[in-house]
Formats: sequence, structure tokens, C-alpha cells
Amino acid sequence: MNTSTVSNAAAVHDHAHDHAPTGVMRWLTSTNHKDIGTLYLWFSLFMFFFAGALAMLIRAELFQPGLQLFQPTVFNQLTTMHGLIMIFGAIMPSLVGFANWQVPLMIGAPDMAFPRLNNWSFWLLPAAGVLLISTFFVPGGAIAGGWTMYPPLFMQGGIAYDMSILAVHILGVSSIMGAINIIVTILNMRAPGMTLMKMPMFVWTWLITAFLLVAVMPVLACAITMLLTDRNFGTHFFDASGGGDPVMFQHVFWFFGHPEVYIMILPAFGIVSTIIPTFARKPLFGYVSMVYAVASIAFLSFIVWAHHMFTTGMPLGGQLFFMYTTMLIAIPTGIKVFNWVATLWRGSISFETPMLFSLAFVFLFTIGGFSGLVLALVPVDIQLQDTYYVVAHFHYVLFSGSAMAIMGGVYYWLPKWTGHMYDEKLGKVHFWLTAIAFNITFFPMHFLGLAGMPRRIPDYALQFAEFNMIASLGGFLLGASQLLFLYVVIKCVRGGIAAGNQPWDGADTLEWTQTSPPPYHSFVTPPLVK
Amino acid sequence: MPKYTGRRLGQPFSAIRSLCAIFFGLIPALAWADFAVNLPQPASGLAQDIFDLHSLILWICLAILIVVFVPMLIALIRHRKSVGHQAAKFHDNLGVEIAWTIVPVLILIGMAWPATRLVASMKDTSKSDLTIKVTGHQWKWEYEYLGEDIRFMSNSSTPKVQIDGEQSKGEHYLLEVDRPLVVPAGQKVRLVLTASDVIHAWWVPAFGVKQDAIPGFIRDAWFKVDQVGTYRGQCAELCGVGHGFMPVVVDVVSPEQFATWKQEQKTLVAAAAANVGKTYEMAELKALGEKVYAANCVACHQPTGMGVPGAFPALNGSAIVSGEKAGHIDIVLNGKAATAMAAFGKQLSDLDLAAVITYERNSWNNTTGDLVQPADIAARRR
Amino acid sequence: MQAHNNAYYVPPPSIWPIVGSVALLTLAVGFALVLNKVAVGSLVMALGAGILLIMLFGWFGAVIKESLAGKYARQVDTSFRWGMVWFIFSEVMFFAGFFGALFYARNLALPGLADAQSLWPGFSAAWPTTGPGLKTVITPVNAWGIPALNTLILLSSGATLTWAHWGLQKDRQRQLKLGLALTIALGILFIGLQIHEYGEAAFTIRDGIYGATFYMLTGFHGFHVMMGSVMLIVILLRSLAGHFTPGRHFAFEAVAWYWHFVDVIWLLLFIFVYCL
Ligand code: HEA
Ligand code: HEA
Ligand code: HEC
Ligand code: CUA
Ligand SMILES: [Cu+2]
Repeated sequence: MNTSTVSNAAAVHDHAHDHAPTGVMRWLTSTNHKDIGTLYLWFSLFMFFFAGALAMLIRAELFQPGLQLFQPTVFNQLTTMHGLIMIFGAIMPSLVGFANWQVPLMIGAPDMAFPRLNNWSFWLLPAAGVLLISTFFVPGGAIAGGWTMYPPLFMQGGIAYDMSILAVHILGVSSIMGAINIIVTILNMRAPGMTLMKMPMFVWTWLITAFLLVAVMPVLACAITMLLTDRNFGTHFFDASGGGDPVMFQHVFWFFGHPEVYIMILPAFGIVSTIIPTFARKPLFGYVSMVYAVASIAFLSFIVWAHHMFTTGMPLGGQLFFMYTTMLIAIPTGIKVFNWVATLWRGSISFETPMLFSLAFVFLFTIGGFSGLVLALVPVDIQLQDTYYVVAHFHYVLFSGSAMAIMGGVYYWLPKWTGHMYDEKLGKVHFWLTAIAFNITFFPMHFLGLAGMPRRIPDYALQFAEFNMIASLGGFLLGASQLLFLYVVIKCVRGGIAAGNQPWDGADTLEWTQTSPPPYHSFVTPPLVK
Repeated sequence: MPKYTGRRLGQPFSAIRSLCAIFFGLIPALAWADFAVNLPQPASGLAQDIFDLHSLILWICLAILIVVFVPMLIALIRHRKSVGHQAAKFHDNLGVEIAWTIVPVLILIGMAWPATRLVASMKDTSKSDLTIKVTGHQWKWEYEYLGEDIRFMSNSSTPKVQIDGEQSKGEHYLLEVDRPLVVPAGQKVRLVLTASDVIHAWWVPAFGVKQDAIPGFIRDAWFKVDQVGTYRGQCAELCGVGHGFMPVVVDVVSPEQFATWKQEQKTLVAAAAANVGKTYEMAELKALGEKVYAANCVACHQPTGMGVPGAFPALNGSAIVSGEKAGHIDIVLNGKAATAMAAFGKQLSDLDLAAVITYERNSWNNTTGDLVQPADIAARRR
Repeated sequence: MQAHNNAYYVPPPSIWPIVGSVALLTLAVGFALVLNKVAVGSLVMALGAGILLIMLFGWFGAVIKESLAGKYARQVDTSFRWGMVWFIFSEVMFFAGFFGALFYARNLALPGLADAQSLWPGFSAAWPTTGPGLKTVITPVNAWGIPALNTLILLSSGATLTWAHWGLQKDRQRQLKLGLALTIALGILFIGLQIHEYGEAAFTIRDGIYGATFYMLTGFHGFHVMMGSVMLIVILLRSLAGHFTPGRHFAFEAVAWYWHFVDVIWLLLFIFVYCL
């Protein structure tokens, strides 16, 4: 795809005149996309560990039947905050971190379109994070109504509920501004010759993701604003006695919520579409159809939202419509899976850590997609809605999907970001531990859900005991394995074998034409893409 | 006997079987239906159809999985760099791209067809033999047999000591209630569902019925079960602290037994009516009150009456509980808006309310010595 | 930076974003405290608002300075345009959410409640309503009174703004300033009338779904008109200072787009909230 050259590697270095500030101010006031990208990535890693620690507590409580460690109130706080922080604190920011680092480098831009705004988008996250996490310490404890925040349950609760709503508002502001920045960067800052259809796949997925963000984050804001006024100003949006409807919240929420899950997976698709061709040493199969597939997924994601609401009792026509549209998503997604396999076919494949993560992604994400398809069928969903089957489904698409693609991406670009090779051996150990522990943790949850274990419960009937114990053991192993990840990353940041400009022989995107790590200001004069 | 396909307590834990179940994944899911790796044994026609649909989809997905990943596996083995494979250069092929768009469409149509028919029949609640109104409360179900003057609450009956691990757990731990729903076998039962506080969902897996109960709105669902027996399920929508402790139990009995049961219920109602205006002794009220408290209040205010600091106030030493009777009666009758404290006036009888209030006023460190009679409650009802 | 006149301007490190984050955090904490009746809440909120104002002044001041210094090449200008377009799109989606709520409530929720006769005997899905549980009767605002007048006002403000823009394009500074001043006056008149209407209205935001949707939609719109007016005032001041030339006046255009957007939202409000 991108047979590109850089016309002026030297021009980059005559930039001593605007000194980057040093020390803490470098990070607080940065307008540099690489620094801000780094901030995003560290922030999301921290949040991943925080929310992961909550998951460990969940799994500890569910290790056996009975209430051992937590009262139900606390347990519900743990699940709610685990979900909320994983989604808004870990997965989304890390993907934005990738966008910050990679998009300008991959399209040959000097920086993001709005560097100052970029910094604000980031620094709003810690603000919201502080607000959110501090709710654990306010009277009544954190929110406990599920990350989906359904009323009327969400009406019952103290100050934490209002704080969390406002925190999500701030996160929304951050996401919208970040997304606008990414869109404008991609539309307006490509190097000469970089036409839209020459853009790396990762850039395409982020363009479409950013569009989804701008379209749906305001709708989330709208939903939670109505929650806030229902809670505090006496409106009756979700209260039947005033003519409102609790189900209305679910519609508005899922109009955001379903695109949101694609917001978390499309950039992951982009990462995988970058890594697989590199290590198969063969161009991405079906580039054009990949672009159209991503666009169709984005389009369809706007008209499937009520598949989360099949048990609310929609009219028949509604159920059928949402079932059909949901099933349709399998087609563009399938095209992507087939294209990845075709890219591998007759390649010259090697198995470095990023590749291992990508291959596992393709396989495990497909399993998660299939369980999604099972859920899309209304009659089956009626059995499985709000059971552990759903929990299994979304961890397959979110953990072995988004999170594992992110890990693969981190290994892939770490040499570029730090200038050092990571420890390949430890990376592989991390991969295998993660992949195995992941399946031990979440595969049994399919069985639990089928057998009838509801989700969001602190205690369960006895026939669910064995699988829960297995899942918990797997979960602990999974958690421990991530400590290895942290170790490998820190080790790589602190030193290691010099990576050189292009450690991966199959890579062909623009960032590899830069030094590792790239100069503080890269592409001050745009490269020419032929 | 009813078949609840879950594994029961007492069956030896078999790590090997479980591990096999994980590693051979989907295949044993079908073969070992008794190992609780699949949907429970269907008891209704709908559940049977769902079971079959799920099996069908599972097999199709498995087939696709093989078709997609066997080639990938071959590529990973044969087209490795380490075995010296040279990369080909192709990156397009319109033919196969069209094929792998069209074929999935056809497969999806094949899945959607049976699903559509099944949804339509699930939605068809007409021509029912019996209609029962189901109301979800935090955290119990209320059943009302429409047109029959039978109405009762169904509370979880798992003792708290079992939950806290101070006593070994019974066979139907968390899946048992004080008064199950009773329905006749072989008849089409229509449920109309609503809720009083937050959203709940009434779910019995073996019936293939799960329907949200939404406050202020009415939804319906139906089932017809031929096999007499006891069937169990749970609330399936997060509804607060007690969400995990809100079981559904349905006794399906023969139509003759059902008729007898109905008669019994009517006698009970009559007996209660005869007791209106009666006054009770302290000991009687406290004993009954303790039961009512355990069924309705412990989840929040705790057995110790100490509540959960920050979330649920302590009743032990509370100003309201040790203050005027009227204030105490009012808050229990009417609840407190925008908090978890529900209006129990709608849920409990005057006697139950009198009992639980008397109990609270004379338990733990509360020693008001007050006796609240059902008549006192009736007087303060709005 | 004069070395690269055509290069994309990457601003130096800036303190304002982090100040902005602190401001929003303080504001949010204060608001949460106010909502939960903690006394210091309003103080904290005021502090947050203060910081936010400082940040806005500082940040926009920096932008204006850079703009005047000619640091924004063509490409930067295009970025600003795209940025504004997508920002307005996000606002469109925000209002779409509330309109969606209105449509849902009227066409799905109310009929659903009317179907539930056993819960709400005698309730029928007529609009306006406060719902089956609150028994108040709603007398809606007459669409052909103040709302119609307000429609006229906002439409003319759109016209005066365009007239000002023509003036700017032809470098007739007087026309520009006069047009802007008229637009601002109309905007303020609109807000004044809207406040008057709120005062006269026979129902409140607590009056069921009608009150909720009415005040939420018109309230957020009114808030946007206020924001737009403030922005216009800034633009007027900048015009007086002679910041704009026929060739370079992105700030003016951005605000004009915003104003037209607010205008269109009003038209939808007029139809769906007042008339229908
Ligand atoms: C990254 C996130 C992500 C992704 C990508 C998906 C993808 C999909 N999801 Fe998932 N989903 C979630 C995250 C995600 N989901 C979350 C978080 C929840 C729970 C939220 C909550 O309640 O808390 C959820 C819940 C959820 C539900 C509601 C369950 C319930 O609560 O009752 C449903 C129902 O339809 C569903 C369906 C689907 C479908 C059909 C897809 C499809 O996109 C999958 C498409 C992919 C494939 C099908 C595999 C590859 C395709 C082929 C190999 C082609 C050939 C295949 C065929 C022809 C069959 N999801
Ligand atoms: C975005 C993604 C994401 C990710 C990555 C994860 C990761 C994990 N999740 Fe999460 N999960 C959600 C999103 C995610 N989850 C969502 C949205 C919900 C729904 C919430 C709701 O119902 O509202 C949910 C709900 C959910 C439940 C259901 C709770 C319930 O319904 O009651 C469970 C239960 O097992 C669970 C478990 C786990 C585990 C074990 C991991 C593990 O993969 C985590 C592994 C990572 C770590 C553990 C890192 C931390 C490591 C340390 C802190 C070191 C210390 C640890 C040891 C020494 C062991 N999750
Ligand atoms: C869902 C949880 C929940 C359940 C179940 C519950 N309560 Fe409460 N109760 C509360 C909450 C929350 C409050 C505090 C309301 C407030 O903010 O004033 C409360 C307050 C009270 C008070 C006033 C105490 C005080 O000092 O303010 C009394 C008395 C009371 N409840 C009695 C009962 C009785 C009797 C029952 C059972 C029949 C019961 N409650 C069941 C949550 C619950
Ligand atoms: Cu009732 Cu969950
Ligand atoms: Cu979805």
C-alpha cells in the first residue's frame, strides 16, 4: 500500500529553537502528540490495573457460594466501577493514546491539528478519574447500579451518583474534543500524496471511530443529564407516574452504548490489520473491502441498539428489526476476519509477540463475535440476557478483542516509542500466560450463563460452584500475568537493545522511516508520499 | 420429580471433567447436557424450541469456525518464515471477496428464519387459560391471580446464616421461597408483569420465559408446562442490594390439585378477614414481627438493626424508631421518596406491619415497650 | 517560528489546558456538593467558575494573539473550520438526543401507559400531560404568542448576521459592526422574552413529562443562545479592535455558523415543542 519515502530526514533536526520544557511541566503543559500519547498510555495502564484489581476482588468473592468478603452493596459497587473504569478509563484512553502517537506519524503530519486542545482532552481524564474513584470514599460508597446506570435503580443512592454522572460528563467532553482533533488531523494534515485510500488501515479505523465518538458521546451526555435532573430537579423523564418511561433511558443509553462497543473494537481492528501484514510479510488482503467493512460496521452500529433490550418487552416488529440488523453486522465483520486469514495465506510468517497477540485476537474475537450472534437471536437472548453468557461474550470481544490487540500494539510500537527492543522472551511468556488464563477465566462463563447464572450477583446457587471456582483461579492467573506485562514495558522503557529505525522487516508505514524514538518534532516539513 | 439440570450439592467435584469441558469447549456443551454446560432441560414447548435453535446456531458457528480457522492453521504451519516460505504478493481477489460476502448472508437468513417464527409465537399471549399478575418489589415477587382474589408475596427463604456461611447450605440454596407460585399443568398461563420500585425481571429458565417487570408499565409473557414439578429461577435485572436474593419458584401441579390449592387460599383470606380488629399480645407480635423483618427488612437494615453506615440507617437507636409511633408507622407505610426505603403499606398487611413495627420498637437496644396494633396501622393509612 | 511560514503551527507548551481541567473538576465537585446540600458547594462552584473564566480568557487570548501574529497558515485555518463543523455536529447530536426523548415519550411511552389501565385507570395518552400519577392540568404556552415572536426575532438575527458578514467580506467595517450589534440586541431580546415566558408559564419543570421535555429543550436552547450572544459580543469587540479582514476572519464565521445552528434548533423547537 504505502510505498513511501521521506524527503527530508535532516530537516527535522534543525529544530533546536523551541525547547521542550523539562520536568513535570513537560507533561502538564505539553502540546506534543508523542508526549500526550505517552500520557494517555500510562494513564490507561494505571486504570487497567485499578479496574483489574476490582475484578480480582469480584472473582475473589465469587470464588465460592456464600458471602465471604463483601456485602452485596460493596459487591455491586465493585462490578459497576470495574465495568465503567475498564471502558472509560482503560480501553478508550489507551486507544486514543495509540491515535496520538501513531496517526500523525503514519500520515506524515508534524503533530495533531489542535495540540493544545489535545492536552486538554488528556488532562480531563485524570480529573474525571479522580472524581470517579473518590466516590469509593464518600458516604454511601460508589455507584452500584451497573455501568449501564439504569433508572429507577440509579435514582436510589447518594452523592456518588451525582459525582459519577458529572465525571462521565467530563469524560465525554474529553472524548468529543479528542475525536474532533483526530478527525481534523486525518482530514487536513496528511502529507502530500497521502490520499484517503492510501492511508494505513489503522488511520482509517480511527477516522471512523472518531466519527462515532462525535456522534454518540453527546447522546450519552443527554442520557445522563436526564438522570441528573430526574435525581435532583424533579423531572420525570424516567418516572411513569409523571408520564416518563424507565425504558426510554435504555434506548438513549444504548443508542450511545452500542456504537461505543465498536469504538472500542475498530481501532483494535486497525492495530491488528497493521501487525498481521508486517509479520506475514505480505500486503493486507482486500484493503478496499476492509475500509468499506469498517464503514458499514459503523453505519450498522447506529441501528442495532435495542438488542440489549430484548427482554424489556418490545413489540414484535421492533424485536425482529433489531435482530435482523444486529445479525447483519456479522457480514462486514466476517469480511475482516476472512481478509486477515487471506493475508496470512501464503505469507512468510514469523511469530513475534505482537503477531502472537494478533493471531489470538483473530481467533478469540471470532468466538466472541459468534456468542454475540447467538445473543442477537431474540429467543436465545431471552434465555441468556443478563446471565454470565453475556459476561463471557463481552469479555471475549473486549479482553481478547480490544485489550489483547492493545497489548499486541504496545509490543509492536514499543521499539519505535522507546528506541529499545522489549524482552522478546518475556513478551512471549506474557502472551501465553494471558491467552491461557484468559480462556480459563472466561470460557466457563458461557456454561454458567447457559445453565442460568444471572450476572451482577454476589452469591449464587450451588450448581454454579465449580465453574466459578475455575473462573476465579483463571482470573487470578490472568491478573498476575499482567504484572509481567508491566515489568516488560518498564524494562523496555528503561533500556534494552537499540531498536534501529525499522526493527520489523515487513513494516511499511511512515513511522518506520523515522528514528527510534522519533525526534521531538517529526515531519516538520511533510514527507512526500508516492 | 422435577429435573433441575444443575449439578447438586453432594456430587463429587470433578476437576478433570471440568477441565475437559473447558478444553473441548463447545462439543461437550451439547453432549454433556447434564453437566450444566448447556441450557437447562426444557419444560415448555417454547424452551424446547429455544434449546433447539441454540443448538442449531452453535453447530453452524462451529462449522464456520472450522472452515475459517483450519486454513489459518495450515497457513501458520506451512507458510512460516522459519520453514523458508516465501511470501506471495497477491492482495486482492474480487471473486472470493464476493463469495465470502454472499455466503454469510445466506447462512444468516437460514438462522433468522426459525428465530423469526419462534419470536412470533413467544409474543402470542392470546387464548390463555389463566392470568396472573406478577409484581416485582425490592426484593420479592408478588403474585395476584386475576379474578380469583388470591394475592400473596413470595420471599426468599434461604436463611441468612447459610448465606453468611455459618450453616451449611441447603440443596436449593438461594433458589427457594416461602410461598411459590402455583399453576396448573397443561394450561396456558399468561403473566402480566409490572414492578413497584425498580426494574426486575421474572425468569424461569426451564420455561423459556424472561420478562422485565417495569414500574408503571405492563408487559406480558406466557408459558404452558405439561410436566408437574417444581421449577426455579431468579430475578434477572440488577435491582439493588438484594438482586441476587430474589428467587422465583413455580410449582406446577395437576389441575385437580390446583383447584384444591385455590380453595385453601380462599379459606386463608377469609380467616385473615375474620381477624380484623383483633388485638394482639406483645409476644405474638414480636414473634411474627421478627419473621416479617427477616423477610423484608434485613437486606438493608441488617439482622443487628445496625444498617449499613452511609447507605442504610441503623434502626437500633434510631430517633424515628424510638420516637413517636406515628412517625415510625408513616415511614414504613409510605417509605421515603428517592431513597431505597419503599412504601411497605402496599406490600404488607396491617398485621404484618404492626408486627414488624412492634418488633423494631422492642428489639436490640430499643425498649419503648410500645405495642402497635393492626388497627393503629389502618388508622394511619391514607 | 518565522523560519517556517508555511509549516503547520504547533503552539508551544501551554498552561491553559491543565487549568481548564482543574476548573472543570472544581466545578463538578462543587455542583455535586450543591446537589447534595453541602454548604460549601456553592463556594467551590464559584471557585471553579472563576478558574474556568481565567482559563477561557487566557486560552482565547493566546489564540487571538497567535492569529494576529499571522502564525496560522492556510492549513491551520482549514483545521479550525473542520474543527468547528464537527463541534457543531456534536451539538446537533446532543439536541437530537433530547428530541428523541420527546418523540419517544409522546409516541411510545404515553400509549404504553394508557395501555396499562389496571395501573393507571382512566389515563389516556393525550398531549400535553403531566402523566398518570400527577394530576395537574397543563396549559401549554401559546405558540402564536411569544414563541412566534421569538421565531421572528431569531430569524431576523440570522439575517442581520449575514448582512454583517457581507459587510466584512466587502470590508465595510461600519456595516459589520452595526450588523453585529443588531444581532446581539436581537439575541438579548430573545433571551429576555424567553425568561418572561418562563415566568408566565403555568407549569414547571417538575410537572411531568411535558414540563420536563419543555424546559429541558428550551432551556438548553436558551443556554446556547446565551453562549452565542457572549461569543458575538467578543466578535464585536474584536471587530471594533479591527481584528478582521475580508480575507481572514475565521472567528467571525465560526460564531456565525454557531448562531445559525442555534437558529435551526429553534425552528425545530417551535414546531415540535410549541406547535405540535
Ligand atoms: C468490543 C466490544 C463488542 C463487540 C465488537 C461486540 C460485537 C457484537 N455483539 Fe456485543 N456486547 C458488548 C461488546 C461488544 N459486542 C458488551 C460490552 C455487551 C454487554 C453490555 C452490558 O449489558 O453490560 C454486549 C452485549 C451484546 C448483546 C446483548 C446481550 C444481552 O444483554 O442480552 C448482543 C445481542 O445481540 C450482542 C451482540 C453482538 C453482535 C452480534 C456483535 C457482532 O459485532 C459480532 C460480529 C462478529 C462475528 C459474527 C464473528 C466473525 C464473523 C465471521 C467469521 C463471519 C461468518 C459468520 C457468520 C455468517 C455467522 N452483544
Ligand atoms: C473493557 C474491558 C474489560 C476488561 C479488560 C475486563 C477484565 C476483566 N473482567 Fe470485566 N467487565 C467489563 C469490562 C472488562 N472487564 C464490563 C463492562 C463489565 C460489566 C459491568 C457491569 O455489569 O456493569 C464487566 C464485568 C465483569 C464481571 C461480572 C460481574 C458481575 O456481573 O457481577 C466479572 C466477573 O468475573 C469480570 C471479570 C473480569 C476479569 C477477571 C478481568 C481480567 O481480565 C482483569 C485482568 C487484569 C488485571 C487483574 C490487572 C490487574 C493486576 C493487578 C492489580 C495485580 C494484582 C493481581 C493479582 C496478584 C492476582 N468482569
Ligand atoms: C431497600 C432497602 C431497604 C429496605 C428493604 C427497608 N428499608 Fe427502611 N430504610 C431504607 C433507607 C435507605 C432508609 C433511609 C431513608 C432516608 O434517607 O431517610 C430507611 C429508613 C427507615 C426507617 C427510618 C430510620 C431512621 O432513623 O431514619 C425505618 C423505621 C425503616 N426504614 C423501617 C424499615 C422496615 C420496617 C422495613 C421492612 C418492612 C424496611 N425499613 C426495609 C432502606 C430500606
Ligand atoms: Cu429483582 Cu433483580
Ligand atoms: Cu450492542
